[in-house]
Formats: sequence, structure tokens, C-alpha cells
Amino acid sequence: MDVSFISELKSIVGEEHTLADKESLACYGYDSTPEYESRPGAVVLPANEEEICRIMARCHAAGVPVTPRGSGTNLSGGSLGRPEGVVVQTSRLNSIVEIDEENLTATVQPGVVTSALHRAVEAKGLFYPPDPGSMNISTIGGNVAENAGGLRGLKYGVTADYVMGLHTALPDGSLLRTGGKAVKDVAGYNLNQLLVSSEGTLGLFTEVTVKLIPKPQAKKTMLVHFPVLENAALAVSHIVAARVIPATLEFMDRVTVKCIEDYAKVGLPLDVEAVLLIEVDGHPAQVEEDAVAVRRICAEHHCSSFQTAADADEALKLATARRVALSSLARVKPTTILEDATVPRSCIAPMVKFIQDTARKYNLTIGTFGHAGDGNLHPTCLTDERDKDEIARAHKAFEEIFDTALAMGGTITGEHGVGLSKKKYLPRLVGESGIRVMQGIKQAFDPTGILNPGKVF
Amino acid sequence: MEYVKLINCMRCGMCLPQCPTYKETFLETASPRGRVALMRKIEEGDLEVSERLLEYLSLCLDCQACASACPCGVNAGEMVAGYRCERRDGKELSTMENLILRRLLPHPDRLEAATAPMRLYQRTGLQKVVRKLGILKMFPPTLERMEGLLPELPVKPLRQTIDEVTPAVGPERGTIGFFLGCVMSLVFSEASYATVKLLSSLGYRVVTPKAQKCCGAPNMLSGDREGLLDAARFNVDLFAGHRLDFIVTDCGGCGAELKKYGHHLEDDSRAATFSAQVRDITQVLALHADELKAKLNPLSLKVTYHDPCHIAHCQGIRQEPRTLLRIVPELDFRELPEADACCGSGGTYNIEKPEMSDRVLRRKVENIKATGADVLVTANPGCLLQLRKALAQETPPIRVLHVTEVLAASLLPPLL
Repeated sequence: MDVSFISELKSIVGEEHTLADKESLACYGYDSTPEYESRPGAVVLPANEEEICRIMARCHAAGVPVTPRGSGTNLSGGSLGRPEGVVVQTSRLNSIVEIDEENLTATVQPGVVTSALHRAVEAKGLFYPPDPGSMNISTIGGNVAENAGGLRGLKYGVTADYVMGLHTALPDGSLLRTGGKAVKDVAGYNLNQLLVSSEGTLGLFTEVTVKLIPKPQAKKTMLVHFPVLENAALAVSHIVAARVIPATLEFMDRVTVKCIEDYAKVGLPLDVEAVLLIEVDGHPAQVEEDAVAVRRICAEHHCSSFQTAADADEALKLATARRVALSSLARVKPTTILEDATVPRSCIAPMVKFIQDTARKYNLTIGTFGHAGDGNLHPTCLTDERDKDEIARAHKAFEEIFDTALAMGGTITGEHGVGLSKKKYLPRLVGESGIRVMQGIKQAFDPTGILNPGKVF
Repeated sequence: MEYVKLINCMRCGMCLPQCPTYKETFLETASPRGRVALMRKIEEGDLEVSERLLEYLSLCLDCQACASACPCGVNAGEMVAGYRCERRDGKELSTMENLILRRLLPHPDRLEAATAPMRLYQRTGLQKVVRKLGILKMFPPTLERMEGLLPELPVKPLRQTIDEVTPAVGPERGTIGFFLGCVMSLVFSEASYATVKLLSSLGYRVVTPKAQKCCGAPNMLSGDREGLLDAARFNVDLFAGHRLDFIVTDCGGCGAELKKYGHHLEDDSRAATFSAQVRDITQVLALHADELKAKLNPLSLKVTYHDPCHIAHCQGIRQEPRTLLRIVPELDFRELPEADACCGSGGTYNIEKPEMSDRVLRRKVENIKATGADVLVTANPGCLLQLRKALAQETPPIRVLHVTEVLAASLLPPLL
């Protein structure tokens, strides 16, 4: 990147917060997506909204691409910059501007880490439900841009369900304000929701206002083992059909259970085909009633073991199995390809079975765990990137898995976003007209195409 | 560096919020994930080893909080330390390194003699005069920082005053070998005296071999592998001569290093036995928590606990010190936010990288103040030095004690 442009960036954000040495840039050539790499031309760490707007205006005038980045936990290559472009890392914009207890909203800067927001609102007896697996690292800005999900998606929904207002810097440096604290707002197109999951291709968030809800009074955590996979899947459908909506309804398959037991020794049996982690929350009386119903339904589906946590410590112990799923899988082989194929929840059993058959067909190890309650599965392929043949087989397997998810009425990504890694599948999901409308929207926001180019489509 | 260790990093970023230098800078180059990426780029030939690159790597405090957080078992801190050793291979030690690592540390008597002038310096009142007149401003800033860290030294190092064998009080339940450590014996001899007395009051016979040498951790930090191995061989030989149930240390840094002897000296089975016997003092005391509890007097103090990196991250000991503090009657224990975050001491890091060390320390001090505690307890000499200096400057000052000092003060009859 040319030296005079870098000095212009320095004049906006300061010398210390402008990175252009090759060592630094090498450290921004990746995010959490395996196999993708692209070294940006420069990285800036602005301190406030005004600096972001000035960076945008300057890049717009010079035709320099801009890619936003929080903590770089993206799993679809979305936060990778271009060699001729600038990466804007938002970590320094990390203050919680306001927690409004009358309106039940929180207003934060985009670089606030998700779990920090949880802690702040829970200290006031309030609750911000979206809890992506990366919540201790990922930022709210990134969560909004990717419409992140999490373990509580079944009952509480995803990030989009909580975003009430946004400040977004547009390419020309102007600031777009959408939504706000009003619960009802039907004026014009719903730009607010459009910006959620825009993956940094329509603007850069500079402030986010989210909805809060009262913190559930009680919860109960249960861990259930199933010797037969189909029975676990049926139990999931029947729990929901019985009008019980758990906060968490998580699934782990045999490969995942075996890896967890090998590494973490949490006492899981090795003869099960599936394990469910179920958490019900809400009013204490309702929680009791729901827990009884869950237990009955699991017994009807021939579970081999049913554990209920007596207190918070034990709940944590039971949840450990699910929490360490990814870690345990990641220790088996160096390259962990984690996907987020998503199907209607009635298709969980056939989908998991299809994934297992496909793994066998291509001689791969794929462990599947995920948010069974909302049909969002994480088939995780354990590979070694030095084995090119294995990597090629993994890609073929995922191609089939995504096609099958689409055939079942599902989608190519439940929570990781399209970015670079899923863009070839997007037309199969939304069709030609879908792509045409999206491109038209992109044109309206970003006529010169400087915002995160190459992502989504 | 083994390439597979580098590609094991799945770049999930779980290490970022745990890394003290990332938390201060938000820079990827100052994060464990970034450091692994830099080493990987060198291996792949994408980057050359430049001064700047080494500077980035050297910002690591080696606290190993990243290892505790990593799902894939990557230990970025240890990899950076290993990388320093590799780069050292074949290079001579500098005169100063040679003096400290080879001529001073392996010889406790010389080390004690070398610190004698400091004791004199403090006792004659010269320190007060020097500090008052600002004479140190005339010397290089590192010297001033080193002088500033120096707490009041005991009259004599513990190695010189402790008996080689301290008998058990009451029926004997076993024999413990006590590994003194350099700084604990030289500077915190009262805490180490308490360690020995607590063990003997619980029925252990405590053997303190006087010939023992430095554990070798400072050699490892400076990339002097040979010096480390010499120390390990000597200490294994020395302790092998006694029939011991445990080898106990009250220095987190020594404990972490001693537990690695078996790995360092793979061909000597006695080294594996030695390492398997090593326990931090808090581990042994916590075994007898109920028994100890019955012997404790009330101490009405507001106390919080800082997890030393070498205890929490390197040895995985978190519960034991808390258990011990909670059994003291009337003691008001308050959990410290970010308790297992580094205090910025990091061996000689606070001398070599004063600016980053101070930033990391400032965050620790703010967290400690937020608990409202009037005593900060920890279990490692580096942290004791760093935090004693920092917390003495607060108003009102916050006292800093080793776990064993708190227990000794509460023990009936009082030990100290």
C-alpha cells in the first residue's frame, strides 16, 4: 500500500494505531476460518465513531477497499482484508455506552466483547440472550454483522431478534441511523434488520442498541444419553411438540462423545450414539413442570441415562461435556473444519445419519454436535491440511452435506455467515433473483464497491 | 520448532481475552495466536527473522494463560520460550549472563554473599539516603527499577538459619524434602520458615538439603539450556539420597520447573520420580485442610488472592490456596476479578519491558483495589516483589503476604 495513503491513515487514527509492517500484516492475514488467507495492505484501530467515518470517507475517495474486523473469530473468512485494502479493527471501541433499565435496552460500541455485555446487564438482573460459542472473544459488532446464534437460540432466538438500533458508517463517511429504542417502528423499509447479517458489505457499525429481557429466575440442566441416534432426534422433536421450549437443546454424536471422553474424561459412556444437553429456564414452577415433561419424553424414547443437576456447580459439570466438544475434536488432528449446516429440526436424525454415511464414504472423521433444538448442526471434519487428498475429500463431503441440507429445506449457514467459504452455495439457496436483489441493495449502499469486496457474492 | 505444533493452532482466538499483552494493546502481534502465526510464517519461509519480529515475540510474558485457554492444547507461551532457546543455540552467553546464570545462581553461598551488600545497604540507612537524594537518577533506568523492587531483606537467608532436619511435631506421618528456591530463601525467608513450621506441625519431618541449587528456571528463560540441565542433574542427585514422600516448594516458579525435570532428563528415571514427588506447599496443606482448620485462630482480615501464572497456568493449582484461605476463621475472602491474569512481573520482564509490565500491573492493582481487601495473598516470589512494591504505594497501603504467612499468623500458637 502506498506510503502517502498510510500516512493519511496515521493522521486520522495516530501512528501507534496504524499497522503496515509486514510482520503485523502477516498477523491479520487470517481469521478463524481454516484454509483462507489474505494479507491486507494496512490495519487501523480507530478510537471512535468519528475516526471510522473519516477512514471511510478517505478510502471511498481513494477507491481503497475496507474490511471491518472485531476479534477475528469469523468462521467464513468474512474478516479477511484485501492486499490493496484496509482492515478496520474495532476492539478499541469497547465501551458500554448505556444500560437503560426503563426501556430495557443496552447501547454499546461495536468492539464490546459479547460476554462483557452479558456480565454488565446480568449485574442489573437483566438478560441479553444471544450467546455464540465465541462469546468470550467475539464482539457485538461482529455478532450483528454475522447475525450470530448460540446455545440459547431455540427459545430466545438469534442476534437479529435483539438488535433495535444501529449507527452505521457508510462509504462516503456519512452516518446512517436506523431503528432506536421504540419497540414499534414501521417507518419505511426495515433497514435495521437488513444491516444485521450484512457481513460488513453495507456499512461499518459504530454503535449498537440491543433489546434486553428480564433474567430468568430459575433454570435446570439435564444431560441425557441415547443408545440409538433416531431416538435422540425424535426426543428433540417430541419435546418441542409437547409445547416445552428449552432454552438449550444441544446434541452430540458418537464421534464427538468418544473424542470428549478420550480427552476430557467427563464420564460419558462410549456405547451411546447421541447425548443431549437440555436446559429449561423461566419461572421456578414452570421450570419444574418442564423438567418433568422432558424426563418423561426422554424415557419414552429409551434414553439409557438421565442426569439432572442439583445446583449451579453440577449444572456446570453437566454442561462441560457440550462446552468441551469443539476442544476435544480439535485436539485429534491439526486442521478442524467446522461447518454450520442447518435443517428444519424434524430433519435432525436423517441429517446426522447422512453426515455419518458421507464421512464413511469419503473415509473421513466427522464429529457432529450442535444446536439440535433449532436444527443448527456443526459437522466438524478432522483433517491435516498437509494431506491434500484428505482436504479434497473433505470439500467433496461438505458439498454433498450442504446440497442435502438444501434439499431438506435447510440452509448453507445457520450462524457463521456466507463470507468467502459459502459464497459458491448462496445462489443454490436464494436463486438468480435473490442474488439480483442483493446486488441491487449492495449498489444502493456502496456504489463503488469498497465495502468488504468479494464477500457473500 | 516442530511444524505440527504450529499448525495445531486453529486460530479460534480463545487465547485472546486471556493474554495480558493483547488485553492492553488489542494488537494481533501481541496475542498468542499472532505469535504462533509469526513463528509459523518463519518456518514456512514467508517471513525472515527480523529485529522487529523478535521484538514482537519478546513482548510475551510467558504467563501461559493462553495454554489454559487453548482448546487444541497449543502452548503458545512455551513455544515462544522454546523459540528463544533455539535461537540461542550455538551462541555464547554474554558476560553478564555468564556471571549470573553460571557463576552466581548455581552457587547459593555466592548468591547469598552477593546480596550481603544489599542487606548492609538497607540496614545502615544508606538506602533511605540514596532514595531521598535521587542518586539513582544518575544511573541507567534499569538499575533504578531493580533498586525500587527491592523490599527490606531479612537479616539472614533461610538456608543459613534453617536446620537440615526439622522434626515432626507429634506422631510422624512422613518425610518431606523442602526445596528452598533462591528468592524465597533470600528475600522471603519468613514465609519459607512458616512453610517448614506448618509442615512439621502437621506431623511431617522436613529435610532441607543445604547444598541445593537454583531450579534452573532463570537459565531456561534466558535460553541457557545447558545451565538448566546442570541444575536439574544436581538437584535430582541431591534429593535422591533421602527417602521422601513429597518434595515441597513454596515458590510457584520453582515448582513449575521442578515438575519438568522428568521431561528434561528423559534418560534418568530418578528425574521422573523426583518430578512426580514435587508439590506446591498449598497442595500439601490442602490435603490436611480439616486438621489444619482445627488449629487456626480467627484473623479478621479482608483478603483476596492473586493466582501466580506458575501456579495456576503452569501447574493447574487454583482451588487449594482458596481452600486454605477459607478455613481461616473470621477471614473475609473476596474473589479477585481476573485473578489468574499475570501481574507483569514475569521473571526479569518488569526490568526489561518496563512500559508493558507497568500497564499489566496497573490493571492488576485496579482489580485488587476493587475488591476492598486489605491484604493481597499470593504464592510466588516474583508476584510478591512486584505487588508489594505497587500496593505499598496505595492509600491506604494494601499488605501483600504469602499463603503460608497468613496460615502461620493464624496457627495456634502463632508461629511468627
